Parts: sequence; structure tokens; C-alpha cells
Amino acid sequence: MSGNIQLLSDTLAAAKAEGRSALIAYLPAGFPTVDGGIDAVKAVFDGGADVVEVGLPHSDPVLDGPVIQTADDIALRGGVRIADVMRTVREGHAATGKPVLVMTYWNPIDRYGVERFTAELAEAGGAGCILPDLPVQESGLWREHAEKHGLATVFVVAPSSRDARLAEITAAGSGFVYAASLMGVTGTRASVGAQAKELVGRTRNTGTPLPVCVGLGVSDATQAAEVAGFADGVIVGSAFVKRMLDAPDHATGLAAVRELAGELARGVRART
Amino acid sequence: MPSDFFIPDPAGQVPTPQGYFGAFGGKFIPEALVAAVDEVAVEYDKAKHDPEFARELEDLLVNYTGRPSSLTEVPRFAEHAGGARVFLKREDLNHTGSHKINNVLGQALLTRRMGKTRVIAETGAGQHGVATATACALFGLDCTIYMGEIDTERQALNVARMRMLGAEVVAVKSGSRTLKDAINEAFRDWVANVDRTHYLFGTVAGPHPFPAMVRDFHRVIGVEARRQILERAGRLPDAAVACVGGGSNAIGLFHAFIPDDGVRLIGCEPAGHGVHTGEHAATLTAGEPGILHGSRSYVLQDDEGQITEPYSISAGLDYPGVGPEHAYLRDSGRGEYRAVTDDQAMRALRLLSRTEGIIPAIESAHALAGALEVGRELGPDGLIVVNLSGRGDKDMDTAARYFGLYDTDAEVAADETDTAEIEEDAK
Repeated sequence: MSGNIQLLSDTLAAAKAEGRSALIAYLPAGFPTVDGGIDAVKAVFDGGADVVEVGLPHSDPVLDGPVIQTADDIALRGGVRIADVMRTVREGHAATGKPVLVMTYWNPIDRYGVERFTAELAEAGGAGCILPDLPVQESGLWREHAEKHGLATVFVVAPSSRDARLAEITAAGSGFVYAASLMGVTGTRASVGAQAKELVGRTRNTGTPLPVCVGLGVSDATQAAEVAGFADGVIVGSAFVKRMLDAPDHATGLAAVRELAGELARGVRART
Repeated sequence: MPSDFFIPDPAGQVPTPQGYFGAFGGKFIPEALVAAVDEVAVEYDKAKHDPEFARELEDLLVNYTGRPSSLTEVPRFAEHAGGARVFLKREDLNHTGSHKINNVLGQALLTRRMGKTRVIAETGAGQHGVATATACALFGLDCTIYMGEIDTERQALNVARMRMLGAEVVAVKSGSRTLKDAINEAFRDWVANVDRTHYLFGTVAGPHPFPAMVRDFHRVIGVEARRQILERAGRLPDAAVACVGGGSNAIGLFHAFIPDDGVRLIGCEPAGHGVHTGEHAATLTAGEPGILHGSRSYVLQDDEGQITEPYSISAGLDYPGVGPEHAYLRDSGRGEYRAVTDDQAMRALRLLSRTEGIIPAIESAHALAGALEVGRELGPDGLIVVNLSGRGDKDMDTAARYFGLYDTDAEVAADETDTAEIEEDAK
């Protein structure tokens, strides 16, 4: 069975056709529990997210700030397994018909086996993967299997990426390009870096047909609207996780992430 | 390059230009760090071929560090090693008290050449942190050291030394609160502050070019030891023995001996409470290939690639990964790796202290325990060089607790008990 790379592309194209940016939400699998995490994925879709990235928690999340580290810790202590991540993808996609990606560090996939992982993700209805510590030069084996199974390979570009490097990355990637708004780890920021707009511009100048979506630091509707002014998609992670962490109980947490998705969905439609 | 002290490996088969030692190594880093890591590689390559760099580094290594370090024969210790002759390469006598200064001074010069004004580093036992804080004081660089919270407690003396030298010491509270987590936090800092910051990585792990570059800065250990043992014993040793956490002092000793087929290269990993207990950090003995901190090597991990928490009494060896060149030496059979428990290491620490008047670091005591075993295997004709990578001052609190030295009543009986225990150890 082939993965849902086409659904991902169609979803992003549809948002563009509507004259808006897409809203992409990140939530870790297994947080606060496996079933609770699945509920959260459904809630952010229900609130207005176009795409969800499901995090496969890792013991050593070197690119994540304290919020996602805490959620990963909770998920791992709860015993989350790759099978649970696959179930989260499957149920999130089946309930909504919308594209679901996986975001994780490279070692869990390397250890699990690239062929096994890509086959299972495609079978679960997944649309692709974001692997922020797998640079394009080391990604040959992954891309071969992802392509075979109809999965997108979303690469991250950073403000420090030089133009020649951007050309290389956009040529190798598929689905969309993840532009990091600033130099740093995940987490909410008071303002989105000015570097983001410049990076999106330089990425588009490579001539890539891929949508360019911006993540890192975006946490509210105002910032979403600002980013929507120059990017094809707005990616929000820590702000959702923080709402869940701050909630006194699961039902309140679900209501909070649904509400935030709604605010952000209005933001991406109100480009500033 | 005509320097006796900066002797980078002549371009050989490993690593490849992509940083691979056989199947191990590479560069698994976030895009945000690609430009900075490439800059380090380019700058190091330039420096390697610049006589001025070699001259500056040599001046520091000779007049600041005190190189060459001595090679000390330890006959009273060797009586417990099957009668083999044992020589210690005295990296403990370097300024700051360990081998770490060799690499730190090299990278501090590079930092200056790259025009960066801030240095960050991880540390386990504090040896690398102290060396880095020292170099930053010398070069006038801002310095932040990341150290696991558990390690700041068991190596409190080194925390005070780093702060005295002007460094900021950040106690890392995530994960197992040891070396691995300190490295995670240092990477997070680097991603955010890469413009003006160099990550002065302390071991032969991490993304290319760090494994090869850090090795080159430590190659002087083996080059000196090889020359010294030929002068003193008239022949090459049967074995070169060193402790292995990340593996920097071991690769430093081993590297010059790799072409000498008759010299066994023996790395001693921390077995903690015993490899069978699961409480250990013996990565090459019990790990599986995987990716940690930017390169592929052996790592301690579960069946789904989650890194497992290591344990060792030695903060400097308490790490679930190991440098990729050691993984390569292991798989090719050129290197041999064995595991040494906390108890074996602590007994070797006491034995060297009481037979030779040299208190080693607990890290280095793992190599000494390994040498006792290897000596008994080789017999009286054996000749062994051990890397005494650091001095034990920093470990006195741990050792005092381990041996009950804070119990003043025990002092009186100490002598006879010790003789008996040392004889017991030797059996």
C-alpha cells in the first residue's frame, strides 16, 4: 500500500488555492497516553489543522526545548513504542481523511529498520517524515525507501543554510520544505525572527516547486497571520504541547488544543 | 609539518572525506549546524597545513602544558601484574591534570582563527571542562560548561576550579543528568548561538571532523610514548592499554601504534556493577550500532533506538556512546576492548597510590585494572604501556566514601588490611 504523499501535496495546494497558508500542528505520540495522544490529534484536526506531524518521542531530543522534552519524557516513561506511533498515525488519518506525517530523530528509524518503518508508515496511511538530524548527504537509503512507499521526505532548512545548500536540499526533498524561523530549538518565542521571511525568499529562489512552511517559535494567531503573509504553511508544536501540559485534566487539555487550532486556523486566513 | 608535538595523522584511508571510519562516523547533524561544522572542517584543514599553527600549538604544548609528558616505570605496581614491566604515560602531569588540554589548546587556537569569541563544552568528570575553562582564560574567550547535575555533585572540586577560572558552569537536569545530557544541552546552545560560538567538543566522537581532529590533537601521546618506550625498554610494548569512555585518551595512545602489528591495543570500558547487571557503560562490549551525538558508532540502546542510561562510578566514562574510530578498530579486530568493574578500578586506584605514590583518576584506574589483567596474561616477559590519562585529586571524595576514609577509626587498622587486600587483588 502506498503512502499519502499525494494527499499531503493536494492539501497544501488546496490551501494555496484558497489564498491562505496551511496550518500544520505537531503533537508527540504517547502524550499524555497513547489514546490521549490520538484524541489530541483528532482535536487539532477538528479545530482546523490541515496537517498533523506526530512526534516519535526520543530519549535524546537535542533539537527540542523544555516543553517537548517534558512531553517526550512522559511518553517514554509511559512506555510508548513505534507500534503506538503507527496507531496514532492510522487513527488520526482514518478519522479525518487528512495527511499525517511523523517527525523524529534518525536513530529510532535506523534501529527499527528503514524498510520496515517506511512500509508500516505507508500501510498506516502516513504521508511522510521529517527527520531533522538526518542531513541530505546521509539520507540516500531513507529516500530510496520513502519513495518506494509513497512517503514524503521533508527536509529542514535553516537561516544559516547557504544558497547552494538550499538548492541541494530542495532538489532532494518532497512534500514541502520546513523552514526554521530562527536558529534554535523548539519552543514558543515572543516574536518570529526576521530571518524567517528572508529564508523563505531564498528557498523559493532555488526555483523549487515545493511549498515552503515555517516552523519554530510560532505560538499564537497574530504570529500565524504574520508568517502566513510570506509562507505556504505555518507549523506550530510547543504551543499545543504546552496547552496540554498546563491543563488540569485531559478533557480540558483537548478543549485547549482544539481552541488553539481554531485561533491559529483563523490566523493563517488573516494574512498580515 | 615539522613539529614534534602537533602530529596529525598523515592522510590515510580513514576517515573518508565524508568522515567515515569503515561503517562508522559520518555527520548526523541538524541543518542549522551544517555551516558551522563545515567551517570547523575547513579551518582545521587550513591549520593542519599552516606552519604558523603548528608553531603556536607547539609553543603552548611545551611551555604551558609541559610536554613531553614523562614515561614512568612502576615496578612495585607491576609486581601485581604477573611480573610484566609496566610503564605509565603520565598525562596526569600535564597542566590541568589530564590529557584533555592537548585537544583543548588546539581547538582554542582554531576558535580564534574562526573569529569566534565564545566557547561551550560538555564535561563529565570535569577534566575537559577544567581544561576548556583554562584555555578560555588564557585566550580571553567567554566560556560556558555544561555538566550533568549528578556529575556536578560527585566532582564538586572541578566545578569550583572551572568557576575560579571564570567559566559559567550549567548543571544539566534532564535525562540521566550525566555526560550524555550535558552534550545534548551543549548542542542546544550551539544551535541557538552558533554565530559567535565554537563547540569545543571534548572527545573523539561527534560529527565529522571532530573524531579525526580531536584524535590528531591527542596523537602526540602515542608518538611520544612510542619513542620513549623504545629508548627505555629497547623494544615496542606488547600492549598499549587505556580507558575508553568517548575514547580520546585511548585513541591518542593507540594511534601511533596502529601500524605496529605486534602491539596489542587494549581499551578498558567501564563495566560499572558488572555488564550482566545492566548497570554499566561498556558500549563496545554490550552496545549495538546506532547514531548518537552526530555520528554512527556503537551505542547503548533498546530495541527501538532509545538510548539507555549508562552507569559508572567514573563520571568521565559514564557515557552510552563511543568514538567511531574505536568502533572501527573493534570491528576490524585491530583493537581489543574489555570491561572493568567499579570495584576492579577502585582497587587498582588504591594499589597504584600505595605502591608508587601516584593517585590516578578513577577513569585511568580502569586502564590500570586492565593492565593488571593483561600483565598476568603476558607473564614476566610482558611489556605494557598504560595511559595514565589524569590525576585523581578530583576523585578524592568518591574514593574516600568508597574506602571509608572519612571514618577516622578505620585509619589505625589500614596498613595491615591493605597489604592483605592488595595481595588478594593480585591473585
